[in-house]
Amino acid sequence: MTRRIEPVTKAVSAPSTESIATVQAAEVAASRTPIWKKLLRDPQAVITVSILVIVFALGVLTPLIALHGPNESDLSMVNAPPGTPGYPLGADESGRDIFSRLLHSINTAAIAALIGTGVALVVGIIAGLIGGYFGRVTRASTEWIFSLIMTFPGLLLLIILMPVTGGDYRATMLIFGVLLAPGIYRIVRNLVLGVKNELYVDAARVSGVGTLRILGRHVLTVVRGPIIIAAAFMVGSTIAVQSGLAFLGVGSLEVPSFGAMISSGFRNLYIAPTQFLWPSLLLGLITASLVLLGNSLRDAFEGSRPKPSKVGAGQHVAERAEDTVLVGADALLAVRGLRIAYPTPSGDLNEVVKGVDLEITRGEVLGLVGESGSGKSQTAFATLGVLPNEAVVTAGSILFEGRELIGLSDAAMRPLRGKEIAYIPQEPMSNLDPSYRVGAQLVEGVRAALPVSKKEAKERVLALLERCGINEPARTFDSYPHQISGGMAQRVLIAGAVASRPKLLIADEPTTALDVTVQAEILDLLRDLQTELGMAVLIVTHNFGVVADLCDRIAVMQQGRIVESGTAAEIFRAPEHEYTKALLGAILDEAAYRTDPPVAPAPEGAIA
Amino acid sequence: MSLLDIHDLRVSFPGRGFRAAPVEVLHGVSLSVSPGETLGLVGESGSGKTTIGRAVLGLVRPSGGTIEFEGREIGGLQGRARRGLSDDIQVVFQDPYSSLNPSITIGDTLAEPLVTQGATRRDARARVRSLLDQVGLPSDAVERLPREFSGGQRQRIAIARALGPQPKLIVCDEPVSALDLTTQTRVMELLIDIQRHTGVAYLFISHDLTVVRNISHRVAVLYRGDMVETGAAVDVTSRPEHPYTKRLLLAAPVADPDEQRRRRTERKAATAASA
Repeated sequence: MTRRIEPVTKAVSAPSTESIATVQAAEVAASRTPIWKKLLRDPQAVITVSILVIVFALGVLTPLIALHGPNESDLSMVNAPPGTPGYPLGADESGRDIFSRLLHSINTAAIAALIGTGVALVVGIIAGLIGGYFGRVTRASTEWIFSLIMTFPGLLLLIILMPVTGGDYRATMLIFGVLLAPGIYRIVRNLVLGVKNELYVDAARVSGVGTLRILGRHVLTVVRGPIIIAAAFMVGSTIAVQSGLAFLGVGSLEVPSFGAMISSGFRNLYIAPTQFLWPSLLLGLITASLVLLGNSLRDAFEGSRPKPSKVGAGQHVAERAEDTVLVGADALLAVRGLRIAYPTPSGDLNEVVKGVDLEITRGEVLGLVGESGSGKSQTAFATLGVLPNEAVVTAGSILFEGRELIGLSDAAMRPLRGKEIAYIPQEPMSNLDPSYRVGAQLVEGVRAALPVSKKEAKERVLALLERCGINEPARTFDSYPHQISGGMAQRVLIAGAVASRPKLLIADEPTTALDVTVQAEILDLLRDLQTELGMAVLIVTHNFGVVADLCDRIAVMQQGRIVESGTAAEIFRAPEHEYTKALLGAILDEAAYRTDPPVAPAPEGAIA
Repeated sequence: MSLLDIHDLRVSFPGRGFRAAPVEVLHGVSLSVSPGETLGLVGESGSGKTTIGRAVLGLVRPSGGTIEFEGREIGGLQGRARRGLSDDIQVVFQDPYSSLNPSITIGDTLAEPLVTQGATRRDARARVRSLLDQVGLPSDAVERLPREFSGGQRQRIAIARALGPQPKLIVCDEPVSALDLTTQTRVMELLIDIQRHTGVAYLFISHDLTVVRNISHRVAVLYRGDMVETGAAVDVTSRPEHPYTKRLLLAAPVADPDEQRRRRTERKAATAASA
């Protein structure tokens, strides 16, 4: 087995919050560095920024460097070749110095970009904040206006409006800025809609912070990054559009610009081929730098995300413990010395499961208990073979009916998963595809696990739904996930999980997201099904009440290790490990009440 | 005299779709909170308990009934008048992750309500340090961002933010349900301790009867937008009268296999009897 570690992994998207928590520590260090520092470390950003700074500095210094005015023509110099004294890059068809005109064009481009992008940003951000933050009516009207703007054919409109703008490229860019605004508006509005319902915005409102300040402080900070990125791209496109219009000969011929220069070089292509080259090169350099800078900015602001990790594409195994431990014949699942690690940004491995031993006999219910970050979910995911791609199993073995699961390919794991080993998730809703009917999803699952016809599968599913306590199975079968409640969704998933009569059911916090009365019903259902089918159950939970209700045996996990395990009765009666004692001690006493009476508020100002 | 008096509170949300009828989520709820007291509000998801809290906070507008704070009607207050209440009524939300702005340092988050109330930067800074001390966090937390803290620590920060303006009432919306067991206990102890020292009143919203019992003087039980039972915490949580409260009590699993078995049988018997 070879060890495959992706060296620059920053975030891990795993099916559990737990694994995220484990890499958070490393991520914190990475995300705390200010943006400019991150940009400094990115050669692409450093190079493009340097190029842009140099180019636009040349533009600013034009009056000092330029040898000639932009429209100063000398008929004796018509089409002078490069290298002519006083005309380093030659002269054009009117005898104007190409080098000087290039410098002046930089300024034209800069002004065009400033106006176009500036207008787009101001209009787009203000409208986006208003449209996103305020009520339905306001949003509907801004929406309507910007949709209308988007329907205008931009370039054509700019040409048609020439009589209005009088050929002044600055007026043209102003209009172009308005035409670009919907792009910014959309970005801002969507982000604001997301942020608006964040609890910290509510908290600010409760704190008496005014609407304007909330928009400026809490909302704008979130939209800042995406806007800077969009602006970099927009600067490039305004310069390109301005040049394009000038190339077409739209606008004043007096204004030096890349477009006008390319156009004149184009006409002289056969006489003086290099005339066309210089403005094109510089324009290309500027726009390419802007686009690449935009990409660098995106990486810096949003973090160069690793490809979304496909879950379950086989497990990465670092090394295999060859000393196979003999397991009792009745053990259905035996986990031995399991170690799971995640790569940190520095390339080291951060171990989240540090040598776990577990054994489940047939028909037994084992509770794996621990607090968040203890590695309990990771252990369960390893058994299912659905660890995120970045995860590395550094050591250990998982034997299911004597068969080694560690290192099995996804294809080899598939017949086991869903058929022999089934799974119930914590969030039932997110495990149902919202765009398919519940029944179709269940039928698909059943047919993947068992060789039955569609009709048989449907009958089976309907029977199972009824068995799982759903009153009108046919109706639920035809419902979309959003039409059923959370408790119902969990019943549906349980029905799907037990459809193939699995030997082992892994339930990851199966009732945590549910109301307590629904939880009781789901626990009843799980218990009944477990006895009926004689399956073994591995329940991952933090709730000792659930454990007491369901489990034969308990394993307590802390920081990647199992600190204590035993029968439920033993552990509840006489916990031995300090951590178990602490956990059990933290359970709020059923008989404890608040006994102290309300105290009168301290006089004003006495609170400190 | 009570601090907060809610009478016949009704809240409706606009229905989904064009010209859909509004959906009423609270059907006339009345309750009161005295100074220095904790009123526990228990109910399941969809019972409207969070909506009551949001109505008190001015985040949703009631469609009927009155909310009186210190004898003054605050139900429909908007804008400046409502903002004036922010030094009296504060909030601690459930989710310690989304209740703090991820890009603003703890110091700035805590200073925000103080500065809004007119404190100078220097006063605010000093007060922030004493607040952090009060909730048991080191003062170097000021410079750090929320993501550097665990869930329990974030909830302490949220509590510190609520304490900042020295409010008379804090609406606690499931403040401990997202926390680990051991953290949960410590945060609850902190809340009780603060109440004893400052005499702040809590409107404590939770789905967990056990949590509510440990922190509340009085308990109100909500079911589908109606209040079904209210009274002293001891009475409501150990000798409930309403069938729904009974069901709620029996449904919560206890961390004791034998006791849980007994409770399960009792619950099944109760369900069978009512069916």
